[in-house]
Amino acid sequence: MSILNKFAPLRQTYDQLRAVGQNPFEMVFEKMFSPTEGLHKGRRTILLGTNNYLGLTFDQACIDESVNVLRQQGTGTTGSRIANGSYSGHRQLETDLAQFFNRKHCMVFSTGYQANLGMLSTLAGKGDYLLLDSDSHASIYDGARLGHAEVVRFRHNDPDDLAKRLKRLASEPGDKLVVVEGVYSMLGDAAPLKEIAAVKREMGAWLMVDEAHSLGVLGDTGRGLTEAAGVEADVDFVVGTFSKSLGSVGGFCVSDIDGFDVLRVGCRPYMFTASLPPSVMTSTITALRRLQELPELRTKLHANAHRLYNGLKDLGFKVGPQPNPIVSVALEDPILAVTFWNRLLEGGVYLNLALPPATPTNAPLLRSSVSAAHSFEQIDRVVQLFETVGRQLGVLAALPPLRRAKPAAAVVFPANAELDRAVAVGAR
Amino acid sequence: MNELLSDTREQIVQGLRQIVPATMQVSGTTHIMRDLNLDSLAVMDFMLTLEDRFDIVISLDKVAEVETLDDLVNVVDQLRARKLKS
Repeated sequence: MSILNKFAPLRQTYDQLRAVGQNPFEMVFEKMFSPTEGLHKGRRTILLGTNNYLGLTFDQACIDESVNVLRQQGTGTTGSRIANGSYSGHRQLETDLAQFFNRKHCMVFSTGYQANLGMLSTLAGKGDYLLLDSDSHASIYDGARLGHAEVVRFRHNDPDDLAKRLKRLASEPGDKLVVVEGVYSMLGDAAPLKEIAAVKREMGAWLMVDEAHSLGVLGDTGRGLTEAAGVEADVDFVVGTFSKSLGSVGGFCVSDIDGFDVLRVGCRPYMFTASLPPSVMTSTITALRRLQELPELRTKLHANAHRLYNGLKDLGFKVGPQPNPIVSVALEDPILAVTFWNRLLEGGVYLNLALPPATPTNAPLLRSSVSAAHSFEQIDRVVQLFETVGRQLGVLAALPPLRRAKPAAAVVFPANAELDRAVAVGAR
Repeated sequence: MNELLSDTREQIVQGLRQIVPATMQVSGTTHIMRDLNLDSLAVMDFMLTLEDRFDIVISLDKVAEVETLDDLVNVVDQLRARKLKS
């Protein structure tokens, strides 16, 4: 008997993944060459699953300024801001973010996960209601669980369904906080934010938008879906992360609400954790500046996203509803998906494998996140590899010989009896 | 109250019948996830349909209380009764 016995079903699933080949959740890269290439088991591999939307992890200014501060201020803060005090970098980062978003206030968290954990659990208290889109990220669900509010789900991206649920709660006292995401992480679909903001106005609720996957990606100046949809005045709280388009780690919330700073002494995931190291704050401050200096990164990002989305769609793969930097291909069977994922990796492409129930439907997903730093050649190689593997595994119909595409040069599939057996099972 | 309860049960079973194979037995002690082979996603979506069917709000902490069909009937019934009172 072990305290871990309760995880037996999970263990079984993991063992099955290992049996197919490389376990997608145990990837190790020996080396990183750039935002788009790493070394895996001695092979140069295209990174297509790292949410590095603007490719700023290797930006020279971010690295140089971060290294300077690392030398000047040391490796870490060794504690919370409440106990150890804030560094000037914490305040600078909050000022810069507030200014970027045209908001009065900003609070910085040690991760994006903690930003959601902190804001949801603190803003909505006992007797209040949190209304969550049903496809919300785990950090939103976990933040809701940590607090004391009643938690209600509404159907994904459905403003009418939200309105219906808010009407049912109309006679209940307590604040109602609606939480949506700018771009949803699994399928890359954006929220119908204009319509959701209209519902929020009509029903007198509060509105929070998580711009984790849309900061630096959407909007004329990169402020996210809130800016792109023209509803910044209706959005009371914007949360987000530094670990995607800003290339570091950390999270934030910006707002115009009066009295915001009381949260610094009322929000436990802000108060009782070590604060961000100074070098991380500096690279984030610099990345935020680079995001504004280099709007062409967004243009390139969207060109890459459209190239991948259209390339896969034209081949006949089931992609998400909108061409955004998250491009997901839905497959019918988990074993087939794991096999497909392994063959992509063997062909030199790494992306994310998402299995139910972490996916919006029962379909497993091969999830890509495109970067501005990808070249068209890399995107084309990915599409070509998808076609090759898709035809090998019967996801795409086999082409007649004359139309058969040339396989990508780097694609070499080692003989693997286990893979073949898995494919046979997958095609049952 | 009893009449309301029987109506609740009937409607929930009717809803379940639409998402599980016809051959599956459903009784008061049926464990909704384990016995009906429903994953957490399917159960959560089923809760959304019950909310609409009964015009109630089933918060996630109420969902967490539910294991069997009887549990679900009780939760829905309490919420319906509360709604009638308000």
